[in-house]
Formats: sequence, C-alpha cells, structure tokens
Amino acid sequence: MSSHPTTYVPKSAAAKWLESRLPIIGLVHSSFVAFPVPRNLTYFWTFGAILMVMLIIQLVTGIVLAMHYTAHADYAFTSVEHIMRNVEYGWLLRYMHANGASFFFIAVYIHIFRGLFYGSYKAPREVLWILGVIILLLMMATAFMGYVLPWGQMSFWGATVITNLFSVIPLVGDTIVSFLWGGYSVGNPTLNRFFSLHYLLPFMILGVAMLHVWALHVPGNNNPTGVPIKSGKDAVPFHPYMTVKDTFSIVCFLAVFAWFVFYLPNYLGHADNYVPANPAVTPAHIVPEWYFLPFYAILRAVPDALFGVILMFASIAVLAFLPWLDTSKVRSGSYRPIFRVLFWAFVVTCLVLGWLGSRPAEGIYVILAQIFTVLYFAYFLIAMPLLGLLEKPLPLPNSITEAVLGKKQASGSGMPVGAAAEPQSKG
Amino acid sequence: MRDQDKGSRTMNKTLFIAGFFAASLAFSGGAANAAPGGVVPPRNDWSFAGPFGTFDRAQLQRGFLVFKTVCASCHGLEKVSFRNLAEEGGPEYTEAQVEAFAAEFLVDGGYDEFGDPVQRAATPADFWPSPFANYQQAAAANGGKAPPDLSVMAKARTYERGFPWWITDVFTQYNENGVDYLSAFLQGYVEPPEDFDPALGNWNLYYPGHIVAMPNVLFDGAVEYPRDAQERPIVPETVEQYAKDVTAFLMWTAEPHLEARKAMGFQVLVFLLVFAGLLYFTKKRIWARVGGETEGHAAG
Repeated sequence: MSSHPTTYVPKSAAAKWLESRLPIIGLVHSSFVAFPVPRNLTYFWTFGAILMVMLIIQLVTGIVLAMHYTAHADYAFTSVEHIMRNVEYGWLLRYMHANGASFFFIAVYIHIFRGLFYGSYKAPREVLWILGVIILLLMMATAFMGYVLPWGQMSFWGATVITNLFSVIPLVGDTIVSFLWGGYSVGNPTLNRFFSLHYLLPFMILGVAMLHVWALHVPGNNNPTGVPIKSGKDAVPFHPYMTVKDTFSIVCFLAVFAWFVFYLPNYLGHADNYVPANPAVTPAHIVPEWYFLPFYAILRAVPDALFGVILMFASIAVLAFLPWLDTSKVRSGSYRPIFRVLFWAFVVTCLVLGWLGSRPAEGIYVILAQIFTVLYFAYFLIAMPLLGLLEKPLPLPNSITEAVLGKKQASGSGMPVGAAAEPQSKG
Repeated sequence: MRDQDKGSRTMNKTLFIAGFFAASLAFSGGAANAAPGGVVPPRNDWSFAGPFGTFDRAQLQRGFLVFKTVCASCHGLEKVSFRNLAEEGGPEYTEAQVEAFAAEFLVDGGYDEFGDPVQRAATPADFWPSPFANYQQAAAANGGKAPPDLSVMAKARTYERGFPWWITDVFTQYNENGVDYLSAFLQGYVEPPEDFDPALGNWNLYYPGHIVAMPNVLFDGAVEYPRDAQERPIVPETVEQYAKDVTAFLMWTAEPHLEARKAMGFQVLVFLLVFAGLLYFTKKRIWARVGGETEGHAAG
C-alpha cells in the first residue's frame, strides 16, 4: 500500500525466503506497522478503520446469507423467513446484515463530514477523495439493491420508484428501464439481477477501498491542524498507537451496533417490508431507507422529474469536484472562522433535507425542500469558491507538535527522526 | 408485439407518475400503516419488552388457543411449523401435545404407487396448514379481500411515533409498535360514528382510515381459558385479555428467537463494554510512551 521503502527486516529463514520472492510482509509492515501518522489524530480519524470492519462484517454475513437465500419472486420472502427461523443463528446474520448497512452509512457519513471539515479533500489528496466518492456511490447502489432482496412491499415499490427514475432520461430512458427490469415491470428477472449485482458490488467496494488506502498512504493522513508532518516529533508509528486507538473506537462503535442488532433490530427498517411484495397493492407511503432521505428530498424538491433526477445525482457528483471548488489554501476548518460556521450550517442543511425527505412532498415541505436544496448546492458552488478568496484564516501553527504541545514543550518525543518524515512528498 | 411495447412504455410512464405521486405522499418513521389522523394505540406492558424480556409461556399458550379457535378459520400461519410450538423460547408445549395438534390436520402426502395424490395426517415437521387452498379462494370466501397470513404480522404493522419519541425510543428500547397496534386493533371495534354507512365495511377505531374488511371476531367468553381447581378461569375471558394474549402469541410467531436474541445481546454488550474498558486503559498506557495523547489542534 505504501510506496516508501520498508524498514522491515525478515528474521526467520521462512520469512526471508518469502520476502525475497514476494515482499508482502514488508508491504504490510510499512503500511500498517511503521507507517507514520500524525500524533494529533482525533477519534474522527478512526472511522476509516471502523468502515473496514463494517465492510468485512457485511461481506461475511452476506456471503453466509446468500447460502440460504433464494432469489426468486415466489420464494425470496419465504427464504428470508426461513433464515430467521430455521437457519442456526440466521436471525443474527440477517439482523447484523440489515443493521450493518445502516451503520456502514452512519460511519461513512461521519467519515465524509470529517473530511469536509478538515479539508481532507485538498491537494495532495484529491484522488483519495474521489475514490471515496466512488465508494459512496457503490455503497448506495449496493444498499438499494440489498433492500430489494427480501421482496417485501417496500422492496418492490422502492425498486419500482427508483428504477423508474431512469425513465426520465430523454430518448433512451424507457429502454434503460426495461433493461434494468429485464421486462416491462419490476419482477423476477429484476430480483435476480439485483441479487447478482448485490453480490458483485461489495467486492468492487473492497477493490476501490484498497485503492483508497493506497491513495491515503502516498500523502499520508491529514490531521486536525491540516499542517503536514514536518519532523519525527509530529508523528507516531501506526502500530501500536493508531491500532490500539482504532480498536478501542471499533469496539465502542460495535457496542452501539449491538444495541440495535439485539434490542432494536427492526427500528431502522420499514414495517411494510414484512408484507410480501404485491404488485397490485401500492403501500400508503413509499419511503427510502434513512440514509437516502436527503437525496430523496432533493429529488422531490422540483416539480420537473428530469430536473429532479439530475439534481439528485448532481448532489453526489458535486462532491467529486470539491477539491477544485474550494479555493482556500488552508486545509483545516479550525483555522477558518467563517468556514467553520458555514460547515455547521451545511451539516444542519443535510439533516433538514433528511427530515424533509421523510415528509410528504406537499405544501410548506416542498418550499422548504427547495430552499434547503439551494443551500446544499450553495455550499459547494458559491461558499467554497468565494470563501477562499474572502476569508482571512487564523495563523497556522508551525507544526503539529507546536499546535498540540505548545511552543515550549515542542520537544516531546515522537517517532525517531528520519523514520517519520512525511511520506513521499512535502504536500 | 409493437403495440404491447407501446402499451408497456405508456405503463412505464404511468407507473413512474404513480410511483412518484405515491412517493410524494411519503413520510418516514416506518409508519407504514398509520394514516395521518389515525388514533395512537395505547401502550401495554409486554413481558417480552426491554433488554431482559421473555415470553410468558401461559400467555403464549392462551394466545395460541385464541388463534386456533378464532383467527385460524380465516388466517394462515404458514411460516410456523407445529414443531415450533414445542421449541424453547415459545409456548413450549410438550411433544405429545404438538403431535396431537398436528394430527387434527390432513395435509398433502405426495403420490401413491399409482401416481394418484394422497393425503396424510400432519406431523410436527409440517407447517401450519392455511385455511384456504390459495389466494383466490381466500379472497372469494371473504368478500374479495383475502385475510393476510399472520406469521409476521406483529412486525408488519406499526404506527407513527413522531418527534421526539422516535429518538427516545432508541434509548428506552421501545419497539413494541406493532403489538401495541395489533392489540388495540383487535379491541378497536367500538361504536362507529352515527353517519357511518355499514355497507362500506367494518368500523375500527385504530385501523388507518377506520374502514376495514375484517369484522369483529372477539367477544367476552368466546374462548374457554384454562380453569383453576374451583373451575374458574385463571385469567379473565374478556376481549381485552384475548386481544393481548393472541397478540403476544403473534409476536412469538413473528420473532421466535426473541428470547435468545435478547439474552445474547446482553452477553455481547457486557463483553464489548469490558473489552472497550480494557482497551481504553491499554491505549492510555501505550500513548504514555510518547507523553500521552495529544489530540486536536489547540495547545492544551
């Protein structure tokens, strides 16, 4: 993962033999043992590790669930109930998987907002950031298709509404929708291809996540000051300092996860999805999962369907352009007084959009959705370019060590000097 | 074929508009079946609520009795096997009792040596036989609306909690929305408003929109409950009691491993919290080597 030379020295004969043929232990050593990380990382920096754990949980539970699930419109609902009743610990696997999707999104949203606040998307981390946006898109596609698999009412009607979004594309819209459905309505062929893709996409996420880690290990971690590592004093080796901190954070996160899995397993789901899919009966309210609600609000904010769909996709795509939309030279929001206010206003905007996504699209809610959609895009398209030019940032510390220990104590110990110069380049 | 293509395209559009319209009416909170303006069902004390909740065996057995005597003539319970009734964490009938329940039913027994279909007595391994052969028959026998299967009904109904309760529910672990609704629904066949036209259906206080195909089925004394030594019923034979008992039974059919889940949850949480505590102090120890943790950006 890391392109800087490894400090790993194989000791045993077997390790020497392997290392001279495939230097994989050295790769792991330089990436996850000796890798220098800023000494001032907060718990917000542990969400990358949490996300890795969640991805693995989803993969393992998902693969086992697939051994017992039947992807057929007539049997899917029953096979899920078979898992819940007759498969040994099937209820645990399914509840972990279903709630795991929600907790995956909780972690990824915290991870993204951390990146937004501390300017982790800025040079030299643009590719790292864009890979993250791709992972988010893959996650959304995977989660959406996964929700269709139990073939309950919300599965069926959610699939119908969302796939129909593509019908607004001029000229080829209907063809694309028929292609997605494998027919002229959501049915058994749709379920089959969604199952196939739901199994495929997580491995693509895994692949892009590896690129994401690789792209992280070239410039190294950003940190709360945004100031790069300048000397060994600014850094600590990944192991044991971050490994123990990550593990502590992971266990705390899993405790919250367990609270839901064991005590509130259906809290984040929809009761309607325990009603078998019925093409003849439309549920009173078709609502996406909570993690899609802000985007759903943007979709419904405009009366024109095509424009709504464009806006919805743009609301995610705009993230990929953020490294170039933000003109500020200062990374960390901690040193940007106006940015800091606007950032929290943006967080509130996203939460309000989420709430509006759960409301009926009528009356005051539509107007509010329109206002907050404008605010959402204004953050990226107006605030980010202008702030960098107008805002006067606070003075930056000379180094991470100075920022966290103060000028007097800046002699605190860290990594041996030289071992932890900022990886690769002085970004 | 071309015409069909065209037709389906128009249907795509219609479906899209319909979907969009339905979606535009949407609101969240998993409030699938609670229409706006619906009456909020009263809260009950369920034995299976909370982190240490367990089913009350006697209540599940009474609930099964109500189901068997009243509900089963119209509703299926197709996800439940007879053997489940004897399993740990459920009504825990004896094997012999379950065999006797099963033996009351004849089920499809495959084919005999001449290839003719045969019937046989049900065994504990069989699923609870549905009262109707298929959906169409069920609908035809019930005025056009097939009575839904009850296996997961306790999780398939809910009502909207609203702000701030949807937040406090996370901490209080309230997720008995479904059973509170079902129990209220079964007791909800109260006197309809004066202007109600009985030709529309049946009036229920808690049903979203109030007009429901299902008639009132519970009456005081309708099901005979177990008696004590003086030949008096141990619990009252009232609509309220029947409704609660059968609802508890349906919670079990919807979530047969509820007790195991909650018990394991406690073990898992204790483990994770102790482990987190140990990790916290390990982390402090390790970071002490570099003069303690130095988080954030400000000198401190």
